[in-house]
Parts: sequence; structure tokens; C-alpha cells
Amino acid sequence: MELFLQLTLTGLTNGAILALAALGFVLIYKASDVINFAQGEFLLIGAYLIYAMVVQFGLHWTLGMVITLLIAILLGVLIERLILRPMIGEPLISVIMVTIGLSSLLRAVVSTIWGNLPQAFPSFIPTQAVQILGAKVGADRLWAIGIAMLMLLVFNLFFSKSKEGIAMRAVADDQTAALSMGISVSHIFAWAWALAAVSAAIAGALVANIVGVGPELSNFGLRVFPVVILGGLDSIPGAIIGGIIIGLLEAYTGGYIGQGLNQVLPFIILILILMIRPYGLFGKEIIERV
Amino acid sequence: MLSLNNVEVIYNKVILVLKGMSLQVPQGKIVALLGSNGAGKSTTLKAISGLLKPDNGEVTDGSIEFMGERIHHRDAAEIVRMGIFQVMEGRRVFEHLTVEENLIAGGYTRRGLNLNRELEMVYHYFPRLKERRTQRAGYLSGGEQQMLAIGRALMAQPRLMMLDEPSLGLAPLLVAEIFHIIQRINQEQGTTLLLVEQNANLALQVADYAYIMENGRIVLEGYPNDLRQNADVREFYLGLSEVGQRKSYREVKHYKRRKRWLS
Repeated sequence: MELFLQLTLTGLTNGAILALAALGFVLIYKASDVINFAQGEFLLIGAYLIYAMVVQFGLHWTLGMVITLLIAILLGVLIERLILRPMIGEPLISVIMVTIGLSSLLRAVVSTIWGNLPQAFPSFIPTQAVQILGAKVGADRLWAIGIAMLMLLVFNLFFSKSKEGIAMRAVADDQTAALSMGISVSHIFAWAWALAAVSAAIAGALVANIVGVGPELSNFGLRVFPVVILGGLDSIPGAIIGGIIIGLLEAYTGGYIGQGLNQVLPFIILILILMIRPYGLFGKEIIERV
Repeated sequence: MLSLNNVEVIYNKVILVLKGMSLQVPQGKIVALLGSNGAGKSTTLKAISGLLKPDNGEVTDGSIEFMGERIHHRDAAEIVRMGIFQVMEGRRVFEHLTVEENLIAGGYTRRGLNLNRELEMVYHYFPRLKERRTQRAGYLSGGEQQMLAIGRALMAQPRLMMLDEPSLGLAPLLVAEIFHIIQRINQEQGTTLLLVEQNANLALQVADYAYIMENGRIVLEGYPNDLRQNADVREFYLGLSEVGQRKSYREVKHYKRRKRWLS
């Protein structure tokens, strides 16, 4: 029973972080139908930035976090301006290829600045163990769950209530029609990329706090695929629930069956979902009026 | 209010679609623009609203003036903010958004918008939208989608509303209802309307003035009553033969009347 709780909490933490990383992915897909292969690198950059702020510059983590997020926004807007805007009107597949290029570029920039060796650094969020129903769990993990849930709630409200959020979904639905009502499509894309970079940076900071930083963090980008396919590429609740399901399944298989299999399992799920429900649990079905 | 002078539009840098198109829309009136497929009606509207760019089109000559300002090099968002709103052909509602979210998106450019009051105003014209406010727009019927498209335009409170074939694919009863509402909007809100239609009969009933377009230019213009008397219009747009009876297609085969304006 204790093991089960332990695994559940670990799974929830990983799931929450996965969900945050997936969220950025969903945002970009929702607004522009582009699959962003550089999402893992956004997370990597977020992790290294917080490392730079806290360890290299010795800032307090709250201040470091704020600066990290500001840089993330800037990065998102810059990428939209310099790389995606010239691609408007090009076939979608070209834009997707560009994001693959972007991911290599960002990874190279990170290793030029910070090198290729993994760096551990003192956790900035308190880590003392907390007892929950007999299972021990680090407070930082609880923080991770809390922050991730809060962010997801905020994003969900943004999309259902705010004018910008609704405009973003409108652009995803029909760009020309959105243009005809004065919604600036490039402005909306900039929003989407900035928000994606921000959510990835938060996920990156949470991961960095738990396991330290290293170039392999960008693999999170790959682990996001099963999550978004499971939840539906364009669904925010899907990203959350998909993240948690994958996180829990990884933890349980790792704990009960054995390490190794838990790395493969998400991709087995990915294939199954694609066979049974290609638009995911919550993805948008194509509406056909008859 | 709006005037086009000798406007030329070229697609893909090769295809000349508008060949010296001129047209005036006076404030507070309903102006109809009629013509068959491919005459350039939609292109005219897109040239006005700045939506040519996604189609690779460009205004290469002439001028488009709105309230005394030249607008043909401004981008679409700016033109909407100036008060021109195009209801696109084929309704183009945001299928995955609810009815109400569609309306909110329509009011995107308004600053300090009193959302509830504006929504009520739209629901006042289209009570059926109110019943379906939380439904996804993709599941509405064609008529309801057209109402939503017009309601979305109302949210922007435009000075000039351009409607591109609002009767497309709708049952006659619904068309009558929608045209009735269009007239009411014109009278009650004082919105100027530019109406593009293939259904000439219907358009001539509501319009104050009408233009007939062929091959990228205006070939005939006038007040609806005068146009209805014009032999060519009767023959080619209203489907009536000279004596005012239904057209016999047997005669058409034997003798194809030549349009006078082509000579």
C-alpha cells in the first residue's frame, strides 16, 4: 500500500510536468495547426535559464523564475517574428520541418553556452519529506503538482473566458474568417508561441529542481507525444488528463513490473490510441453537417 | 461613403480579375452588386476589406476610398477598425466555438465593449441564436449559421457591412427571413449595406441602388425599378422573356439573345 501511494505521488508529479510541457504543444497546435518539434528544447532552455539565474547569478529563485519567464516570452515572440512569420502561406509540412530545424538550433545554442555535462544543483524549492497517508514524498514534488495544476487552470480560463483566448481558438478554426473580423493572425501566433515557451519554461524549472539540468532534458519533447496523442492534440483538458495518465502508468509499471518497460509503455499506448481513437480522448472531431 | 474608382485587381501577378471597377455606396443605403459566377463580385468585396492577400491578390490600379480616406493598402484588421465588416461567402462560422464565443470573436476590435448589451442586441434580431448560445456553431443549421455570421458582424458595429451571398444554399423561407432582418438592421442601426447576390430578384427588392457586373467591370447600374424594366436584365437576370412570361427554354436554343451591352 505504501509503495502504491509512493508510486502514485511520483506518477502525479511526472504527469503534472508532462502536462505542462504538453500544454505548450497543444497551444501552438490549437492556434496554428503546427506541430512544434522544438517543445522539448523550450523546456531545456527553461531549465538552463533557471539554473543560470539561481546558481550562476545567485538570484533568489522567485526573482530568477520571473526573469526566466520574461526571457521565455521574448524567445517565443522572436521565434514567431523571425522564423514563422516568413512561413505564413507556406504548406504546413514546411512549417513543421522548420520546427525540427529550430529544435536542433536551440539545442546547439544551449550546449554552446552551458556545455554538455549534466549539472546537479541545490533545489530551490523546499525538499523536506512530507508524510501523506504513510508515504513519504518530497515537498518539491507536491509544489510541482500544485504549480502545474494552477497553470493549467489559468490557461483553461484564458481560453474559455478572455477575448484573446477566444480569438486564438477562432484563428485555429478559420484563419481567413478570423482575419475578416479584424483578428490579427500574426499577433495571435506570437501569443501562442510566447505562452508555449512560458509553460515549457515552468515545466523545465520544475524538472531542473527535482533532477538537475542536462541536455537529455530535451527528450521530454519526445515524451510529450504520447501525452498529446492520448489527450487529443488540441485539447487542454486532454493535455492534463493525458499527462497524468501517462505519468501514473509510467510510475506503476516502473514500480511493479520493472524499470525499462516504463520507458516503452507510453509509446505502446500511443500506437493503440492512434488505432482506436486517432483524435485522442478529448480532441476535436471533424464536424460534418449532413 | 465608399467609392471605388477604376480598381484593378490581379491574382498571382498574372490573372486580371477586376478591370476598371467603379462603384459608389452612399451612407445609410443598401446597394446591391449583381452578377453571375466569376464576374468578380467577391473579389470586389475582398479588395475593399483587405482580404486579397491570403488569395495572392493585389490591387494594382485605381483607388478605394472610405470616408474620404484611401484604404486599399491597409491591412484587414485596420479596415475592420475603420468600420468596414465583410460577412464572407459560405458563412465561415467558427465551428468548434459556441454561438456566443463566435459573437465575442466578432466584437474583437471593439474597445470598451459592453458585452452583455451587444449580445442582447444581436439576440434581439436573431432570437434563435439565443436559444442555441451554448451550442457549438458547427452543429447549427445553414440558416442559423448565416444568422450567426451576420450577428458576428453586428457585434463589430460596422458603419458599412458587406454581405457576400447571404442567400447561398438556404431554403426560400429562410432567405426571406434573413433579408427581412437585413433590412431592419439597415433601418434601425443605420448600417450601410453592400449586398452581393446572384439572386437578382431578391436583391432588387431590398436595394436602393444596384450595379450589375460582368467580366470584372460594371456593365449596368440604376435604381431597382428601372433595372427591372430593362430588357436585358429581365432576360438574363430575372428569367423573364420580353412579354413578361416565364422563359421558354426551347426558344433559347433557337435564338440566343445578344446582350446589348456587349456590342
